[in-house]
Amino acid sequence: MSAALRDLDERIVRATQAGLPLVREPYAALAAALGVAEGEAIARLEAMLADRRMRRIGVVPNHYALGYTANGMSVWDVDDDQVDRLGREVGALPFVSHCYRRPRRLPAWRYNLFAMVHARSREEVEAKLGEIRALLGQALRAQDVLYSTRILKKTGLRLS
Amino acid sequence: MDDLDRAIVNRLQGGFPLCPRPFAAAAATLGTDEETLLLRLAALLADGTLTRFGPLYDAERLGGAFTLCALRVPAADFERVAGLVNAHAEVAHNYERAHAFNMWFVLAARSRGDIARVIAAIEAETGLAVHEFPREAEYFIELRLAA
Repeated sequence: MSAALRDLDERIVRATQAGLPLVREPYAALAAALGVAEGEAIARLEAMLADRRMRRIGVVPNHYALGYTANGMSVWDVDDDQVDRLGREVGALPFVSHCYRRPRRLPAWRYNLFAMVHARSREEVEAKLGEIRALLGQALRAQDVLYSTRILKKTGLRLS
Repeated sequence: MDDLDRAIVNRLQGGFPLCPRPFAAAAATLGTDEETLLLRLAALLADGTLTRFGPLYDAERLGGAFTLCALRVPAADFERVAGLVNAHAEVAHNYERAHAFNMWFVLAARSRGDIARVIAAIEAETGLAVHEFPREAEYFIELRLAA
């Protein structure tokens, strides 16, 4: 990618990371603010979507406002030689988002698989944890779940 | 929240059109019109049902650095430490969680070096060890929250 395109992409990210303007022609408004043609702004957004620098364009719901108040960060100690295969299966469950493998920090922290579970009650979270437990089977050595009790800070991605 | 609001929340989480009149195109798939969709989105943002509307970027693929950190904070010191951590612009999210590791935050910065500097600053300011859990692999399927 050329330096000029990289620079334009960065300016588009800065201009849109808080959101798109709610006007009939949002990409024309974005392009005008950046001093480029509308077609070029759209083409760069398409390029960032294609190479996955952008995940998606759309609404970002507030979990809490939708009643998903029981959000458990489930953590699992899974055999290293099976964690990638099983992690993909856990990540594909409909109630799981943000499923990652992360390093253990022994002895304080033994868990290497993190899966965020969203539900409307803790009982529902516990039931879903049972599904994950069954899926992990013999590869599972230990587990825990950390419920969020308070949002201390929440901002979108902000580039400095 | 009526059926149209629910449809907006459920069906506009991705795939918003990249064309000159995207609200008109999206409205057509939802069985409404451009003006109504614009008004509904503004209302859903204003009442907090939506946190954002627009592109969602992947911080790491943009070239930034991104990591998850945890602290074990003594209960009596929790509010002071939360203030010190949140004061850093690189702290994107911070959650209190019911666990011995009771504070979990995400750092988003330009580079690994910036991440290391912020972690060192937080350790110096709070006197606590920051446990860092960078992602090593992602098994990510988009969550589709149903309204």
